[in-house]
Parts: sequence; structure tokens; C-alpha cells
Amino acid sequence: MSPSGNTPLPRAGRALPRAGSALPWALVTPALGWTLLFFVLPFIAMGFSSLTAHEGGGFTASNYSQFFTNPSYWQAMVNSLQVTAIVTVISVLLAYPFAWILAEQVPERWQRLALMLAVLPFWTSYVVRSYSWLLVLAQNGVINRALTGSGLFAEPVQLANTRFATVTGFVHFFVMLLTLTIFANLKQLSPSYRKAAADLGAGPVRTFLHVVLPLTLPGIMVGAFLTFVLCIGDYITPQILGGNNELLMPQLVMMQIGRRGDFPLASALSIILMAVVTIAYLACARWLKIERA
Amino acid sequence: MRQLVRIASWLYALAVYAFIFLPVVVLVLFSLQATSFPIPPFTGPSLRWYDAVLSDVRLTSALVNSLLVAFISSLAAVTLGFLSAWGFARFVLPGSGLLRGLITLPLTVSYLIIGMGLLVLFNWAGVPKSLLAAGIGHVVINLPLCFAIIYSQMGDHQINIERAARDLGAPEWKVLLLITVPVMAPAIFAGFFLSMTFSWDEFVISFLLTRFDTTLPVEIWNLLRSGLNPKTNAVGSLVFAVSIVLVVFFELTLLRRKPA
Repeated sequence: MSPSGNTPLPRAGRALPRAGSALPWALVTPALGWTLLFFVLPFIAMGFSSLTAHEGGGFTASNYSQFFTNPSYWQAMVNSLQVTAIVTVISVLLAYPFAWILAEQVPERWQRLALMLAVLPFWTSYVVRSYSWLLVLAQNGVINRALTGSGLFAEPVQLANTRFATVTGFVHFFVMLLTLTIFANLKQLSPSYRKAAADLGAGPVRTFLHVVLPLTLPGIMVGAFLTFVLCIGDYITPQILGGNNELLMPQLVMMQIGRRGDFPLASALSIILMAVVTIAYLACARWLKIERA
Repeated sequence: MRQLVRIASWLYALAVYAFIFLPVVVLVLFSLQATSFPIPPFTGPSLRWYDAVLSDVRLTSALVNSLLVAFISSLAAVTLGFLSAWGFARFVLPGSGLLRGLITLPLTVSYLIIGMGLLVLFNWAGVPKSLLAAGIGHVVINLPLCFAIIYSQMGDHQINIERAARDLGAPEWKVLLLITVPVMAPAIFAGFFLSMTFSWDEFVISFLLTRFDTTLPVEIWNLLRSGLNPKTNAVGSLVFAVSIVLVVFFELTLLRRKPA
């Protein structure tokens, strides 16, 4: 937010046309009202619901205690955390060198095109993207045909309906997302840092390790956090690619609604899931200073 | 050494591109399959599955529903977002920081949980599942986005233009419609098109909040129950095409006109 050129004006206040008018409130109330009515109120309703018994009503904490006592619920959270951690690490490790190549090795005039191409499938429908991976990984799909056809394997390998498939589908999506954020980060680095490091005698490897990497670390953290949040809350990818062999938290939540109509338990599990995300946020809050542009 | 890095870079980039495009290429290729299974060997090209999609009333009406929900909910989100961004950027309001935080809060919560909350609320209030309910959910997820985009672009230099208009006697509504909206047009369009693409693709809220009349992602989800099917490939390829058109349009209209 830089006032371009002219004398900077105070941000607001002096711009006020008529002090004390109802106009500002008339402008912000619809958006605030919408958020209160359709975001905050549902959340309160969910909180209430999570404290009621599915059969017969009445207040109870059993929906929460079930999570800690029922090993299969607990297991879903462990699965979710494991898958999310694996996905985040693999995606960052794959995306960083890729973004670096796009930013450093590709000639300037082709960079925009190269980046657009790299994130093109990002815009396919989410459901369709997971289904596409199913085509690739199926028992008689493209990969298994290639493996058996080339004589590497005698039998097709079980790829679909496994954790491997879920992770692949997720990594595909998040590599694109992280490439975008890390690329933006690398491009924002002023070249003078690198020049200074070179002038002081650092080779390219040292420059990268001691200058470029530390300076892009905050961007990586933001991207990794985004990956964590979007990954742990996603229902589609594990449901289509992982199947029901091993349940993740969102699948468990949807199962309560779909099969049993158990809104209270689904609410409690959602709130637990949200609590985990909040804890993760607080844990890396100091790296996540997302500022206004 | 330098040459080696260059070659390694090319190989790595090609491998990542291959990984990124593999599923899309397989999807589109086997949508042209002539036989009934979208698995190798390729037997096409044939357009029979596109025919099947276009003559499937459930899919075509879901497509119209999706476009309608996306258009109307994005319009609502961008209107609410713009008005509130203008209010917060131009006037001093008590508790402004807190209220802005409230508006952007839904960005940090997963769609599943937003959908769950609305499902519980509507269930209690006796609101039936419908496209309208899903549209309300889409405004919830897109309003913070529109607000954040437009608010971040409301620079101080635009205040001068608005003041000039006021000094020349324009009433507030004229300033808004004739000055602020045109000046902010790029940010407003950015918010609108991003909302369109998110709403167009959104699954879980629509899945939870609609019943008979539903959106395209949910209808595609229903198709998946029949297993691998070239018809799903065809409808998926069509959805991809629509998204690409939206994105290219977005690129051409907005990113070209970067302010100096």
C-alpha cells in the first residue's frame, strides 16, 4: 500500500465526507450480517449440536469422549495427520526445485508461460482431478499396463484404493499450489542479495544455502501451512483415491452424516478437526505473518 | 558444472511437468475412447461419449445449475465484499480491525466445516436442502476472498479522485457508482472471477446442502459410483475446458492491465 508519488494522505479520517453519518455502517453491515448469520451462527449451532445426544437429545459430552475412547476414531485422526505430514513434506521437496528452475533457469520471457502451464491442471475440477488419477492408477490403468507390458512386473500392482493413491492425488494438487507461492517468493528476492554474496566470495551453493533459502523460508512456511489446512480438511481425494480401506477424518465426519444421520457426532468430530488446525496455526504463527499487500 | 546444472534442471522440470499433466492427458485422451472402458488400449477417437453427456438431462441441468449458482453467488459475494471494503477503507469505524478479521475469518476454515455448520443450522431452522442453500454457502466462502482482494487494492491515491468528485458536488451514491466502481474495476473483476471458479468447482458444500437439483461436481460424483466410465472422462474434459476459458479470460482482462 504505497501512495504512488504524490504527498501521502492519511489513510482515512480526512477522507470522511460527513462525520457521524450512517453511511459507513450501511456499507459494512450487509457483509458483517452475512458472516454472522451464515458463518458464526452455524458454528454456534454446531457447537450446541456436538453437546447433545443423538438419541433423545439432552446435553452430554459423550460425542467428544467417544473420540478418545473409540480406537477407530482416534486412528482416523492419526491417519489424517500422517497423510498430511507426508503430503506436505513431499510437495515442498518436489515444488521447491521446480519453482527455482522456473525462476532461475527459464529465460525471463518464457517464465510466465512456463508457470501458467505448470498450474494449468490446477484449474480442473477437484472431483475430476481425483478421478483422473484413478484412471492412471487403476488395476488395468495406464501405469499398470506400462509395468506389465514392459515385463517389469508379471502382475498388476495394487495402486488405487491405497494410501499411496491418496498421497499421489494430494501431492499433484499441492505441488502446483506450492510452485505458485514459492515462485512468487523467489521472484521477489532482490538480485542484489545474490550479488552481494557473490562479491563476498560465496559460490552458488553457499549463496543458495545461506542467502536464498533462508530468505524464502517464510514463503515456504506459508505454503506448507496452506497445504496442511487444505489437505487435512479434504474429503474428495481420500474418498475417491484411498477408498474405504483406511479412513481419514473428513471421511469419518461425512460417514456420520451419510450413513447414520448422526449430526451431533459429526459436529463434535468437525470441531476436533478444527481444533487441530488451530493448534497447528498457533504452532507456526510466528512464521505466518501474512501482510496486506 | 554450469552445463550439468542446466541439463539436470531440464530433466527435473520435464519430469515434474509429466507428473502434472499425466492425469489430465489420460482424462482427455480416454474421453475420446470408442469402447466402453477408459483404459488402454486406446480405441478412438470417437465423440460418442460427448454425445452421451450432452443428451444426459441430469448432467446438462446440473451444468446450468452450476453456472447459475456460481454467477449469482459470486455477484452477491463481490457486491457485499466491495461495499464493506469501501466502508472500511474510507471511514474510521470503531473496532475496525476486529470486524475486518471477522469478515475474513471463513478463509481459515475448511469447506467441510462451513458446510457442516450450515447443514446443522438449516436442519434446525427447517430450511430445506436446495440450490439456494448451497449458494448461501458459496457466498460465505467467497465473500472474504472478494473483500480481501478489493480492500488490499483500495489505495490512498484513489481517495483524491473521490474527494475531487465530492468537491464538485457529487452525492455519495454518484461517487460510488461513477468513480469508485470504475477505478476499482480490476479488483472487482478479479474477485468476481475467482469466486466464479471456486463456486463452479465447489463440491462438499453443494453435496451437503442440495438434494434433487444439484450442481455439476455433485452430479459427477454420482457418476463415479458407476466406476471408470468414458462418459465421466467426457464431462470432466468439458468442465476442464470451461475452467480454462474462465482462467484465460481472467488473465487477459486483468493481469494485462497492471497499474504502473
